[in-house]
Amino acid sequence: MISGIFHQTYEKDMALRRTHTQKIRLVLIFIFFLAFPFFANRYALTLANQIGIAVIGAIGLNILVGYTGQISLGQGGFMAVGAYTAGILTARLGMPWWASTLAACFVTALVGVLFGLPSLRLKGLYLAIATLAAQVIILWVVTHWKVMTGGVDALVVPSPMLFGIKMNKDFNFYWVVWSLALIATIAAVNLFRTHWGRAFIAIRDQDIAASVMGVDLFKYKLLAFAISSFYVGLAGALIAHYRSIVTWERFTVDISVLYLAMIIIGGLGSVTGSYLGAIFMTLLPAVLTNLGSAIKDQFPAIDTLLPFIQQAAFGLVIIFFLIFEPEGLNKIWKNIKDYFRLWPFSY
Amino acid sequence: MSLFIQLTLTGLTNGAILALAALGFVLIYKSSDVINFAQGEFLLIGAYVIFAMVGQFGLAWPIGMLLTILIAIALGVLVERLVLRPMIGEPIISVIMVTIGLSSVLKAIVSAIWGNVPQAFPPFIPTTPVNLLGATVGADRLWAIAISVLMLGLFSFFFRKSREGIAMRAVADDQTAALSMGISVKKIFAWAWSIAAATAAIGGALVANIVGVSGELAGVGLRVFPVVILGGLDSIPGAIIGGVIIGLLEAYTGGYIGQGLNQVLPFVVLIIILMVRPYGLFGKEIIERV
Repeated sequence: MISGIFHQTYEKDMALRRTHTQKIRLVLIFIFFLAFPFFANRYALTLANQIGIAVIGAIGLNILVGYTGQISLGQGGFMAVGAYTAGILTARLGMPWWASTLAACFVTALVGVLFGLPSLRLKGLYLAIATLAAQVIILWVVTHWKVMTGGVDALVVPSPMLFGIKMNKDFNFYWVVWSLALIATIAAVNLFRTHWGRAFIAIRDQDIAASVMGVDLFKYKLLAFAISSFYVGLAGALIAHYRSIVTWERFTVDISVLYLAMIIIGGLGSVTGSYLGAIFMTLLPAVLTNLGSAIKDQFPAIDTLLPFIQQAAFGLVIIFFLIFEPEGLNKIWKNIKDYFRLWPFSY
Repeated sequence: MSLFIQLTLTGLTNGAILALAALGFVLIYKSSDVINFAQGEFLLIGAYVIFAMVGQFGLAWPIGMLLTILIAIALGVLVERLVLRPMIGEPIISVIMVTIGLSSVLKAIVSAIWGNVPQAFPPFIPTTPVNLLGATVGADRLWAIAISVLMLGLFSFFFRKSREGIAMRAVADDQTAALSMGISVKKIFAWAWSIAAATAAIGGALVANIVGVSGELAGVGLRVFPVVILGGLDSIPGAIIGGVIIGLLEAYTGGYIGQGLNQVLPFVVLIIILMVRPYGLFGKEIIERV
């Protein structure tokens, strides 16, 4: 916590960024994001786009898990709903990509509410198992409803066009995904300054106390599921339009786990944490792949071992964070900032 | 009629194996309130270790089985000590995630050692077809049922009569009270994890004998959820009966309806049970309601 700052108006006290350091840092990050695509190569751009999509999905999951305290293992299923809705609307009905993306968000929000209904009677681990069942059921529908989804075959989505420009080129898509991520971030940060967001946090901290204070659990839990799924649907729809192809393999229970890992490693109940987690978990396999090809000459066996090393690293990272830094990268980031702010008197 | 008997026997075999996996699951949940998402990987490891012992090193199967069980026990103790003990008192999502991380690591280790390709298992249980009431089934399936029933009987006996078994039930009932009676709760947790790993390993050996070894075996880890929810998360008889019901359900829907409905129906049942009777058929009615 930053001390020694005094505000004379309520507006200043309510501001998200209060000190000059914070504002300068924000501007620098913003400039970096604006300049990045002009210097990055195609590989880095692809990664940046993947991270952008992951950020949106992770913020969505964090709203539900980190802020409202409802554990969900159904992220992959909800993403599938978003991706397939967007894909089907564009591929089969010829809807423009931006319209199908918006529609996908609302459809996913609806499905999220439907599978959020058990949360009214269950919590904790039982809810986690119920959402796991949601994941299995959604994926089964996707692979068996052949007329609409194409079953186990891939659904091909036409490339998104805007004013005659193909939007799913890496450079063009960068602007789409990151401007949406920016809107999503601003919306999420401000959500927790409204009475909705406060109600979510109250439910997480103590649901009985929340309901005593007049928070309608029924309404706000479903609302949390709806808002969270809206974000997740957006991420799914973006995947559909970016890849131009939708397959069920992208939305298995492993994806649910990956996103949970993102928000846990990043930091539960923090938008910054969602960013850090999404960046970390997207870069981890990429960095390992690059390391692998770097030492390929010395260890030719690395090619076959690499997928297993990635999988093991994934698990180990989760375990290490939970044991040694349960509050995630966000806490580490805070500690670093504190260290420099208080230096050289760190007490 | 012969199809019906065939399906029933298949269902009973699958149910018996599910029950073995569920037994370990329930045991861990009962004593330490941990949901073990790595139960399927324990089964996988059991299958591959006995595959290595019998198929690759050429040991006689009783020795191989014994070594497999010992390795499984060691693994259980190790996991409990290194991964789960720091998690005591942490929020439920951390505990869930740590076992998920564990499952990822275990799966990676197995595939790094044995590769991803499914391999034929040297059957140590005879697989000759047997004619039973007009249906033909492999003898190994009957053996699997028999061995599972034997194991489940042994465990019931263990929990009723042995010192450790009674201590485990005491810890499950009330940790503080158990501690004040001089029971080492830590030791009991280690017991629970090693027994869970051992039963899963035996289950793995049985499955491997029927379908061969492959990474797919870990899928049992997910299929076990409908079983434990149906039977009740903290009930050992529930795990057994739930296993049989889900096994039969899978076999009948797979045989009569098809369409892969057998994969999804258990989860539909799971959601219905959660909505109507979250503590399952035999669980204690202490679930927190919202």
